[in-house]
Amino acid sequence: MEFTFAMSVGVLTTAGIYLMLRAQTFPMIVGLTLLSYAVNLFLFASGRLTVNGAAIVGSSQHYADPLPQALVLTAIVIGFAMTAFVLILAVRARSDLGNDQVDGRQLPEQRSTLGDALAVKMEQKQSRKSDNGKRKQP
Amino acid sequence: MNVLWILLLPVAGIALPVLMARAGRTVTAWVTALPPALALIVLLQRAPEVFAGEIPTFSLAWVPLLGLNVSLHLDGLAFLFCLLILGIGLLIILYARYYLSERDNMGVFYSYLLFFMSAMLGVVLSSNLLQLWLFWELTSISSFLLISFWWRNSDARKGARMALTVTGAGGLALLAALFLIGDVTGTYELREVLAMGDVVRASDRYYLILTLFLLGAFTKSAQFPFQFWLPHAMAAPTPVSAYLHSATMVKAGVFLMARFYPVMAGTEAWFVAVSLTGMATMLLGAYIALFRHDLKGLLAYSTVSHLGLITLLLGLGTDLAAVAAVFHIINHAVFKASLFMAAGIIDHESGTRDMRKLNGLWKYMPWTATLAMVAASSMAGVPLLNGFLSKEMLFSETLHQDTLGALSWWIPLLATAGGALAVAYSLRFMHDVFFNGEPIDLPRTPHEPPRYMRVPVEVLVVLCLLVGTFPQFMVGTLLSTAAGAVLLGNLPEYSLAIWHGFNLPLLMSAVAVLGGGILYLNRRHLFEFQMQFVDRDAKYVFEDLVQRFIGRVTLLHRWLDDGSLQRAMFLLVLLALVVSAAPLFDLMQMVGSHPQLPINWVVGFCAAMLVAATFITLWWSHRRLVALIALSVVGLIVSIAFAYFSAPDLALTQLSVEVVTILLFLLALFFLPQRSPEIDSPLSIIVRDFSVAAMFGSVIGTICYALLTRPLDSISDYFIANSKPGGGGTNVVNVILVDFRGFDTLGEITVLGIAALGIYKVLAQMRVYMPAADINGHRWANDRHPVMLAVVSQSLLPLALLVSAFIFIRGHNLPGGGFIAGLITAIALIQQYVAHGVVWMRERMPLNYLAFIASGLLIATLSGMGSWAFGHNFLTTWFDYFKLPVVGKFELASAMVFDFGVYLTVIGATLLILANLGKLTTSDRLRLGDD
Repeated sequence: MEFTFAMSVGVLTTAGIYLMLRAQTFPMIVGLTLLSYAVNLFLFASGRLTVNGAAIVGSSQHYADPLPQALVLTAIVIGFAMTAFVLILAVRARSDLGNDQVDGRQLPEQRSTLGDALAVKMEQKQSRKSDNGKRKQP
Repeated sequence: MNVLWILLLPVAGIALPVLMARAGRTVTAWVTALPPALALIVLLQRAPEVFAGEIPTFSLAWVPLLGLNVSLHLDGLAFLFCLLILGIGLLIILYARYYLSERDNMGVFYSYLLFFMSAMLGVVLSSNLLQLWLFWELTSISSFLLISFWWRNSDARKGARMALTVTGAGGLALLAALFLIGDVTGTYELREVLAMGDVVRASDRYYLILTLFLLGAFTKSAQFPFQFWLPHAMAAPTPVSAYLHSATMVKAGVFLMARFYPVMAGTEAWFVAVSLTGMATMLLGAYIALFRHDLKGLLAYSTVSHLGLITLLLGLGTDLAAVAAVFHIINHAVFKASLFMAAGIIDHESGTRDMRKLNGLWKYMPWTATLAMVAASSMAGVPLLNGFLSKEMLFSETLHQDTLGALSWWIPLLATAGGALAVAYSLRFMHDVFFNGEPIDLPRTPHEPPRYMRVPVEVLVVLCLLVGTFPQFMVGTLLSTAAGAVLLGNLPEYSLAIWHGFNLPLLMSAVAVLGGGILYLNRRHLFEFQMQFVDRDAKYVFEDLVQRFIGRVTLLHRWLDDGSLQRAMFLLVLLALVVSAAPLFDLMQMVGSHPQLPINWVVGFCAAMLVAATFITLWWSHRRLVALIALSVVGLIVSIAFAYFSAPDLALTQLSVEVVTILLFLLALFFLPQRSPEIDSPLSIIVRDFSVAAMFGSVIGTICYALLTRPLDSISDYFIANSKPGGGGTNVVNVILVDFRGFDTLGEITVLGIAALGIYKVLAQMRVYMPAADINGHRWANDRHPVMLAVVSQSLLPLALLVSAFIFIRGHNLPGGGFIAGLITAIALIQQYVAHGVVWMRERMPLNYLAFIASGLLIATLSGMGSWAFGHNFLTTWFDYFKLPVVGKFELASAMVFDFGVYLTVIGATLLILANLGKLTTSDRLRLGDD
């Protein structure tokens, strides 16, 4: 059971981190949400796993640790507030900047095939490089 | 009066000059002079005690755990320095009143001056090492402000920056030394440290401590090779130079050496490092001073030279040398302050400080010239003046040491050479400026300064004369008390008489005067000789170094942060990975001894679902709606996991938060692009990101597994045992939230409220992109609010509210509580928005969610403050049991009021976010931000 739990946390973390490294806001926030799940489960795990032992006085012989539960409960609600804030920020960023890029830069038209995407990325890289060049000159 | 007042009065006065600046220049000067004058009175009032050998102290525990106390003491050395700082400070205030012009902002200047004065007083009065260091750094900062007072002038800025960099860096070295001293002695209290000098000197870290300590002292006192900053600090207004370079700033370094003399001195290393540095500085400073054409430049290098002299005396390590050092501190402060002020007068009245133009000023300002010449003679060490006495003591001390073995005779020889150079530059100051022909095209015709501008100089010059002729009467007690403090009471026999008979020191003095005269007469040859060397301006060398350093740092910064958040995020993740993975290499055993639960098919199935849903979220992340649906499955399984592993409260919270989150995502998605590009980065980036993410996930999974299989030692037994008797509830999680850790919860709902307000503000006045059709090109349905949904949700509302009330009330004893109830109520209301639309809701339920948040926070805080009324701590709960005829026995607890506050805040925050975002889809959006 413990192994399955830990593996699930690991999988959630992997997916969360990967999506957080994406270039658009929406996948990034989805990644943040996945990471929040992982973090909450991890914190919850610090009280170890207990079955049929809810921390209600008088309901069982062996109680689950209530302290991590209380902490995770507040973490869930705070996590919601944070997700909401970032999400609204993303909406606002699109409205103000006209794109949904994490870096806030307008990219050339997005295309869906792999080759084109690579080409586009190369162009960006070059243009970024030339930007840097310009910046250094003065 | 308490010694604290000596420090507190100038501190309290810092703001006064700025506030009074409009009242006119004279009034400002008077107001500025008031706090130091009062402090001086307090100081003098304590004088009899100090002279009797007592040490008035003040102490207040501040952060005792760190050894940080506010503690002051007024021993002999502190008394002497306070006297110099306050006395000369008052004269400077008077002088600056006439020196500064109409264009200068006098209020600001005086405020800086008082700031600096306070910092200096703090340094000398402190008897806690860390506190001493704090004031030490404050002197660096305040002197930076003073030196850069004419900040439009590039030289002033560069000079100030150089002074701050050098002395600030030295301060850091000093801090390290003080930490080490604290570590070796086990205390940061100066009086205790002073008594433990043997321990420090015997410590194997003594050499490290000494090096760091001397770095701090030498940078501050401009000792070789750090002497270069001092002449550039001359770009400051002359009153500042007169103050900083006579009695205060640069004296802080020698003060420090004198202060720690009982701890640090007495070893071979101390002698070699301190006396040789002092000797080198004295000779170098005196030699350069001779060739300066700038009046203040000459004085600056002569200050360097005299500081070297004091350092040399402290380095000699004999008791008499220490007395001489203290004596010279007094004498130098007096004659150097007057000389700087005289130089300022000359500059002020003739318009230049260049000694190639300034000649024959005797005719124009005879009185000032006389004063300046007396002071300069004292600097040269002419008999019957105070400078003579301490120089004589130096000569005599250099004869009485043998540390360099057979070459010990070098020291008196070099000291005499230094004396000769001092005579030569003093002669140059007197002869070049006041005689030597006629002035050469001066900007102004020089004349005597205003009456009161000369008063400070007169006072100081009279002191030079009086100390020089009646030394024992004038400063005998002061000197013995201060030197006694340096030597911890082991005062040697000495006499301050002017005439000691014909002896070797007198001969050395005579040789010095004669040699100085010869040097000055042959100055033309010397100047020609010196012309052959390239004079590199330290300012440009230093500036070049600084610029290069800044360039490197900028490159590093650009490399780390090129403006891309994506890249910054990657670097951050990488760093976190390294930090969290590193300790795992030392963890030899992954699986601990905690008994593991057997796995069953329900858990296996759920885990498989979770992995599958996570995978779908990843794989179809470019099809955002699909990713969202998969995400909600993940959230659902997480809440099932909470329910399964005995956390019903968490399960309920997660479930309701999940609903709200997904609704919010859906709403936000409406305003965002519906798709991401399928491949958003080059393949190499994707592989890179995924590898890092997978490594991160495996590290976290490993830690989690290692954690889960190790035995638990929790503090929760206390909570479980006290939940019912102490908090009056059987649901321990809820009791922790509203009672044991109620303060945390209060902070947390505050954060929630602030986040909601932030969102409300971000949404205001927003221009939105709204798609006319869905991702496949279908137009939105005309039927905006389906009848069935509307009817069902409307009839569900009372039921949902009832459920939330039930969940709320039972929360203290069974799973539930304010958070969950609030979320359920919020969801019930959101459903009405979904089914009926914003307009319908506004007509029927004009709820002000801002008021919900505010009243929720208010109720929670007030319920916590209520316990004050009964003499308990904040958020202490009260509960009792009551009986009513029909209902039966029931419980009332103040924690429920707190929980109600939580309930209201959660409703308010959730709805403020969702309802306002939802409003954007309607024509109502234009009104957002108005209400």
